[in-house]
Amino acid sequence: MDKETFIEKLNELLAEEFEVEVSTIKPDATVKITLALDSLSFVDMVAVIENEFGVKVPGQDLKNIKKFAELYDYLYEKIAQA
Amino acid sequence: MERRVVITGMGVYSCLGKNLEEVRESLYNGKSGIIFDPVRKEMGFRSALTAHLEIPDLKGQVSRNQRVYMPEQAKYAYVATTEALRNAGLDQDYIDSHEVGLLYGNDSTADAVVKSVDTMREKKDTTLVGSGAIFQSMNSTVTMNLGCLFRLRGINLTVSGACASGSHAIGLGSLLIKWGLQDCIVCGGAQEVNPYSIGSFDGINAFSTRESDPTKASRPFDRDRDGLVPGGGAATVVIESYESAVKRGAPILAEVVGYGFSSNGDHMSVPNVDGPSRSLQMCLRESHVDIKDIAYINAHATSTPVGDKNEAKAIANVFEGYKPYVASTKAMTGHEMWMAGSSEIIYSMLMMQNDFIAPNINFENPDEDSARLNIPAKRVDTHFDMFLSNSFGFGGTNSTLIVKRFMK
Repeated sequence: MDKETFIEKLNELLAEEFEVEVSTIKPDATVKITLALDSLSFVDMVAVIENEFGVKVPGQDLKNIKKFAELYDYLYEKIAQA
Repeated sequence: MERRVVITGMGVYSCLGKNLEEVRESLYNGKSGIIFDPVRKEMGFRSALTAHLEIPDLKGQVSRNQRVYMPEQAKYAYVATTEALRNAGLDQDYIDSHEVGLLYGNDSTADAVVKSVDTMREKKDTTLVGSGAIFQSMNSTVTMNLGCLFRLRGINLTVSGACASGSHAIGLGSLLIKWGLQDCIVCGGAQEVNPYSIGSFDGINAFSTRESDPTKASRPFDRDRDGLVPGGGAATVVIESYESAVKRGAPILAEVVGYGFSSNGDHMSVPNVDGPSRSLQMCLRESHVDIKDIAYINAHATSTPVGDKNEAKAIANVFEGYKPYVASTKAMTGHEMWMAGSSEIIYSMLMMQNDFIAPNINFENPDEDSARLNIPAKRVDTHFDMFLSNSFGFGGTNSTLIVKRFMK
């Protein structure tokens, strides 16, 4: 899967899970604010990513990520390594 | 000094309707909410009969981050409580500035438990059960959810008293108000309807197998009854002190005048006559009412052979020489279990407000015990001012409430 396709898929997945407009998910947008994540819903982000892409992501890693651009890079690399 | 306890709001979501008006209509017309569910048959159920109701879609009303904590019964309770708070005139400003309590009956969360355990077994990874599973899986899920959703700040407690849970919730709430510990409490009961929640109940041969005729299957007090039909939903009753209601200018719908309770101390599932009799007697004693003022008894009667028989004996013995109307709305709703004690207060309230007693549908022939009671198979159009409601549960828990039309 190329990175563009991955990003599109991830954006749709997160938009559906967290019930936001997919257009609000942009590289420079803040993940936590855009998806209205709290300490509990971070767990759901880990779960949907694991279910969809088959990679287990440490929750703390996700919490340290601020912008979607960082999330795309981090996850794409993780999936490539898997 | 003991304070008077009044009802100022009600809301309901059941197989008879999604709000008070729909439910009133069903009660008035003796409409059954029971269906045959083919999915249960495929799952190996002995009886595939069940009450039918849709799970409310709360998208747009409750945020995603709050909805993930809500099992189906919490969704029913949310709808019922929204209606009750609106009717009681309790807006968010009032709730935010007063300690409004919460006592709700619930005694299972099977669906959430089964699904999260299935995920853990299959995936071997607890993260994948998601953030909502723990909150959906706890027995106090309904009060946890309602307390957060409506920002309630008084007592917050789930009452687990088997099929008397909803009745005990109102009864215990009435005591807290009577003794001055709370001014206003959101009470109620909720019951999940999914197959997992009652598969084990089906397994002990408690359900009617009259599958060829679902609306005739629940037939409390009838000679040919062969078991109960499971039901569910949620019912919310707002109770408060008379002083609080007057101060708020709230609509006073009725007064809770008595609560009685007892335990059989006997068999796990087979009810006796002594326990319910003592619950009735305690409630009458606490109420300080003349039994002849009680026009209607909403019986616990679930349509099981022994349960109905022993309740009939208890009522006939306690009300010796006087025969109020006795009917079980479970003929229409099935057994709403943890919810029943609250929903049946609302059903009876709707009858009292609208001058009728709903029919005990499917009551065609009495047995020797029900013959001692005055059971209307057809609706009775009559004005009345006071009713009594019985609720009994597994393990021998019993609860009785008496409610009367409010008079200054």
